[in-house]
Amino acid sequence: MYQIVKKKTLNSNTKLMVIDAPFVAKKAQPGQFIILRVDEEGERIPLTIAEYDREKGYVTIIFQEVGATTKKLGLLNEGECLNDFVGPLGVASHLEGLKKVAVVGGGLGCAIAYPQAKALHEMGAEVDLIAGFRNKDIIILEDEMRAASTNLYVMTDDGSNGHKGFVTDALKKLIEEGKQYDAVIAIGPMIMMKFVSEVTRPYGIKTIVSMNATMVDGTGMCGCCRLTVNGETKFACVDGPDFDGHQVDFDESMRRSAMYKAQEKEAVEHHECNLHKMEVK
Amino acid sequence: MANMNPKKCPMPEQDPNVRNKNFEEVALGYTPEMAIEEAQRCLNCKHKPCVSGCPVGVKIPEFIALVAEGKFIEAAAKIKETSALPAVCGRVCPQESQCESKCVRGIKGEPVAIGRLERFVADYAMANDKTEITVPEQNGHKVAVVGAGPAGLTCAGDLARLGYKVTVFEVLHTAGGVLMYGIPEFRLPKAIVQKEIDNLKAMGVEFILNFVVGRSETIDDLMADGYEAVFVGSGAGLPSFMNVPGENYNGVYSANEYLTRVNLMKAYKEDSATPILRAKRVAVVGGGNVAMDAARSAKRMGAEEVYIVYRRGESELPARLEEIHHAKEEGIIFKFLTAPLEVLGDDETYMVKGLKCQQMELGEPDASGRRRPIPVEGSEFVIDLDAVIVSIGTSPNPLIRSTTPGLETNKRGCIVADEETGLTSKDGVFAGGDAVTGAATVILAMGAGKKAAAAMHEYIQNKNK
Repeated sequence: MYQIVKKKTLNSNTKLMVIDAPFVAKKAQPGQFIILRVDEEGERIPLTIAEYDREKGYVTIIFQEVGATTKKLGLLNEGECLNDFVGPLGVASHLEGLKKVAVVGGGLGCAIAYPQAKALHEMGAEVDLIAGFRNKDIIILEDEMRAASTNLYVMTDDGSNGHKGFVTDALKKLIEEGKQYDAVIAIGPMIMMKFVSEVTRPYGIKTIVSMNATMVDGTGMCGCCRLTVNGETKFACVDGPDFDGHQVDFDESMRRSAMYKAQEKEAVEHHECNLHKMEVK
Repeated sequence: MANMNPKKCPMPEQDPNVRNKNFEEVALGYTPEMAIEEAQRCLNCKHKPCVSGCPVGVKIPEFIALVAEGKFIEAAAKIKETSALPAVCGRVCPQESQCESKCVRGIKGEPVAIGRLERFVADYAMANDKTEITVPEQNGHKVAVVGAGPAGLTCAGDLARLGYKVTVFEVLHTAGGVLMYGIPEFRLPKAIVQKEIDNLKAMGVEFILNFVVGRSETIDDLMADGYEAVFVGSGAGLPSFMNVPGENYNGVYSANEYLTRVNLMKAYKEDSATPILRAKRVAVVGGGNVAMDAARSAKRMGAEEVYIVYRRGESELPARLEEIHHAKEEGIIFKFLTAPLEVLGDDETYMVKGLKCQQMELGEPDASGRRRPIPVEGSEFVIDLDAVIVSIGTSPNPLIRSTTPGLETNKRGCIVADEETGLTSKDGVFAGGDAVTGAATVILAMGAGKKAAAAMHEYIQNKNK
């Protein structure tokens, strides 16, 4: 069993948990992910590793409570245990040799963009971190991101933090101002990664995206997470999750991600109905 | 005097039109009376041809003689002398091409129902044998097994019996490998697999689940941790796709994904958290046992029409006859000499709506010895569908080979290992099962696990001389 050693609420529906999982912490790298099951009958869900502490054997995950499983996960408290927690899975991000990088995070994606920025920053790279949120109330990890970057640009869709615009606007502006990036790393909703890739394409800047596909086993066994990269079928779990954003068929991946939306919605309603019953008791 | 009935005592089964709506076991098993009657058909041949057909060398005539005497628990003990998983083998072994194919009774009639008898005694012992399993005397040596599928479980069992401290590393949350995630409940109840695994635990075998060998620790790390030998039984889990247009439409599954959702993640249960399409019209592409499992599972998940789409003819089907027979009984529709060309999908919903196929005819034999299917010009047609399950094979996962320097693999990604010993190009590392052969059968993997266990024992003894 994998104990929750720390739980923290980052915004109204985003939580951070530190999990005691020494076999995962031992060799985890930025860009890799884990699969967890909350309980014996639970589904397997993938989450990217946000941080790790090899000495203590701890792994940090950050998740948004959007589905039945993440809602159930959010109800657990410090000291309680997860049934399963396996990793590190996937290929680690290739950050070596990058000197000047724009790291772009969207919403919850910032939780994953942040460790990449941190790793690059620690390697001595110049890091412009562009983080986008819908509004100022849901901004997460601002201090951490500031510490892990050379320049931090926090954008909000509604301008409520004083910087109105999408991450793509900020990125485009920086590029047009003459910033010469070795690479752009984009992590967030697929639609955001698609548009970031479109911004960088005309400039020929290498763009790495992290494909958060639907998965079952996460070890290359089911092919559920497959996507098309440069016309070829790849598995996000074993070939990725990082891919060249200029070669990914985002439209296909977005449609594949939506496959179980109706069933997922039903599961959430069912879950909330059960929660309600628990409260009534 | 032997029972000279030319036919096997029939196996009681659930009615096809009842069972194709539930996930309970199809075959119901012999009663003690049926088992004794069938056991009496065995001629107890001196040269034991049947044993030569068994990859794990089960003492067949001896156990059957005990069944004939009504000594069922003793019969089970006889099987267990050489086989780690009798209740599993009695259900999923292709006996017709192994032990039973060598049976003398098969010359003038049906062979002795060795598989059914094995299943009976294993189940009987599981229910009635109260002997407590104990940890064998320890020899002080530590070995690791990578992968808790049939090869790994067999290897672990044999080494534990020899006194080794065995640790099995498994990446999934459940031990059992394909026995748990692949083969459906109606063919192999998961409680039976779990019981076999529990027996290994009682013998002192340690299982570490959720452990990614190759990522958490490499094989070199395990050897550095003091494991004197490592057996790699990591299987062939990576599914192949057809590489036809439309294959990524929603509703196209690999058989592995479909079966994993249904079996391992229990999507067949009403309250399961795992989503799955409840498709009404399903095509399974492929003709092996896994294809039959997927088709029969889809039927049970509520599909009205389920097709097997296979590009060769009926006689070329690689699946076991029993599986084909069961599938037909349950209403699966076979489309032979039919090759898929394209998956058709809805541009709005992105869901599958059909499979465009082409009629084939058989030409000259190809490299596999089977007649090569050749397309018939102008024969394209469309089957209307809402799901397609691709079951055209799997290959070994690249994780172990890419993280184990010095481990030789072939161009198909399979680990190169000696057929008799499982020894690989890397000192102290042995391998067997689908990781070596590519997708094959449970019993062949068990045979490989058994041979490797013997070779590992010899290796460690020699090393410590």
